[in-house]
Amino acid sequence: MLTLDNVGFALEEDEQKVHILKGVNLQLEAGKMYAITGPNGSGKSSVLKTIMGIFLPTEGKVEFQGQDITNLSVTERARMGIGYAFQQPARFKGLKVKDLLEVAMHDDDITDCKYLRNMGLCPDDYLERPLDSSLSGGEMKRIEIATLLAQDPTVRLFDEPEAGIDLWSFTQLINVVKESHYEDKITVIISHQEKILTMVDEIILVVDGHIEMKGSSESVWPQVRDYSGCACFNSCTKEGEIYADCPR
Amino acid sequence: MLTALDKRLLKEVADLHRDPPGAYNIRKDGQGIDRHSLPGIEVKPKTGEPGIEVIVEPGKEGTVHIPVLLTESDQSDLVYNTIDIGAEADILLVAGCGIHNPGGGTAQHDGLHTITVRKGARLRYVEKHFGEGEGKGERILNPKTEIIVEEGAYVELELVQIRGVDHTVRSTVAQVKPTGQLVMFERMLTDGEQSAESDIEVKLYGDECVARAVSRSVAQDKSRQIFRPRLIAYGRGRGRVECDSIIMGEASIRSIPEIAAEHAEAELAHEAAIGKIAGEQLMKLMALGLTSEEAEEKIISGFLS
Repeated sequence: MLTLDNVGFALEEDEQKVHILKGVNLQLEAGKMYAITGPNGSGKSSVLKTIMGIFLPTEGKVEFQGQDITNLSVTERARMGIGYAFQQPARFKGLKVKDLLEVAMHDDDITDCKYLRNMGLCPDDYLERPLDSSLSGGEMKRIEIATLLAQDPTVRLFDEPEAGIDLWSFTQLINVVKESHYEDKITVIISHQEKILTMVDEIILVVDGHIEMKGSSESVWPQVRDYSGCACFNSCTKEGEIYADCPR
Repeated sequence: MLTALDKRLLKEVADLHRDPPGAYNIRKDGQGIDRHSLPGIEVKPKTGEPGIEVIVEPGKEGTVHIPVLLTESDQSDLVYNTIDIGAEADILLVAGCGIHNPGGGTAQHDGLHTITVRKGARLRYVEKHFGEGEGKGERILNPKTEIIVEEGAYVELELVQIRGVDHTVRSTVAQVKPTGQLVMFERMLTDGEQSAESDIEVKLYGDECVARAVSRSVAQDKSRQIFRPRLIAYGRGRGRVECDSIIMGEASIRSIPEIAAEHAEAELAHEAAIGKIAGEQLMKLMALGLTSEEAEEKIISGFLS
């Protein structure tokens, strides 16, 4: 179980406090898949970064497997079994795909890799490729997801995995994420895609740095269906319930 | 007879675990101590000045090792090496200098390599510099390389200096003739209060010649680096200069690339960048379980590989 207990995160900007997250409460259970969705800039990535330790909360607590991890570093959390596939994968000068996978898998010499294959990348073509500007955005994204799957942590955090992936690879991506979600795993995916939002067990809607609603995919999906792309959501819903016709 | 220290230094500068394969000359503390030629690849001492001649006959293939070792303090070693690679030959030439300074005096090696790579030949030249030693004496290396790349020849220079060299002033001067190609990779890491200067001048003569010079460096602590790569085209040549540096601690780096075209159809480009290690790179590796120190080391070792 991974819990966020009244978590808040604020930054100082020009001597003013900017609240990125406010009063976030989440209980993420082993064996479940979660999707976090919401408008751009709402704080979705910030929730994941707080779980990973990239952001340390300014309020509240984060607990994992009964242990308070609120002030643990990214490294410590990774070693406890939390992993992150970044929205914009980092590029390196001099490191190869193979180097990253060797760190992820604690292996000194990788010559083949099913995680690359599962993402539609032939190891013979990609293991020796440098992780620099010679790889396209789509390739970098698929390699990023492959390294998280290769790391195989208990908690898997995917930050918009679909961004930059072509339609044909997207179906394969969903299958791979699903098939690797074993019963001890917690999988959290930030997404705006219907296929992912209807595949998961629970949807968490983040708006303005707080959780607007959360619940089973079946009950929440119809309510958030238009939310992410709709600027006039407030004019047809009240307390999370649709009560008027869509003005569009 | 090589001591254990000699063997360790040879391993560092020339990646040698046993006697060098192919032709070789080993210089230690100002003296040639071992030498071996092959048919068509001659290695012999010069007369009248310190240094050696390496003469490769046309069409020959092979490897030549010419490492220099300094194992005593208080010495200043100077050599003039002349290397002639015959037409259509294909050679790997491993140079390099390892200094172990056990005392308080300076240990210095200055080497001038004059290299001619004749028509259609291929040369891969690897020069690695390394310093260490329990003494407080300085370790100084000043290599100067003058190289002529003749028509249709292909030359790859790999110049590496990682750790242990207190001061270095490096100079590389190249002339590339029509249809010749020159590729240079320079890798450097300085720490402590070390200083390094690297001057590169590549002149492209005539048509269809190509040159690329890539420098990657890391400056740590209070060390200082200056790079001045210059590329001048006198004909329809193409060239590119890249200087990429990671700066850390209280170090200082200056990169001053210059490109000059003396012909309307020359194509030249340069880029230079200096910056700290990107936070996102550190974050990615830490999210895979490395500490920030391990992540930094991984990034630097990849950057300089």
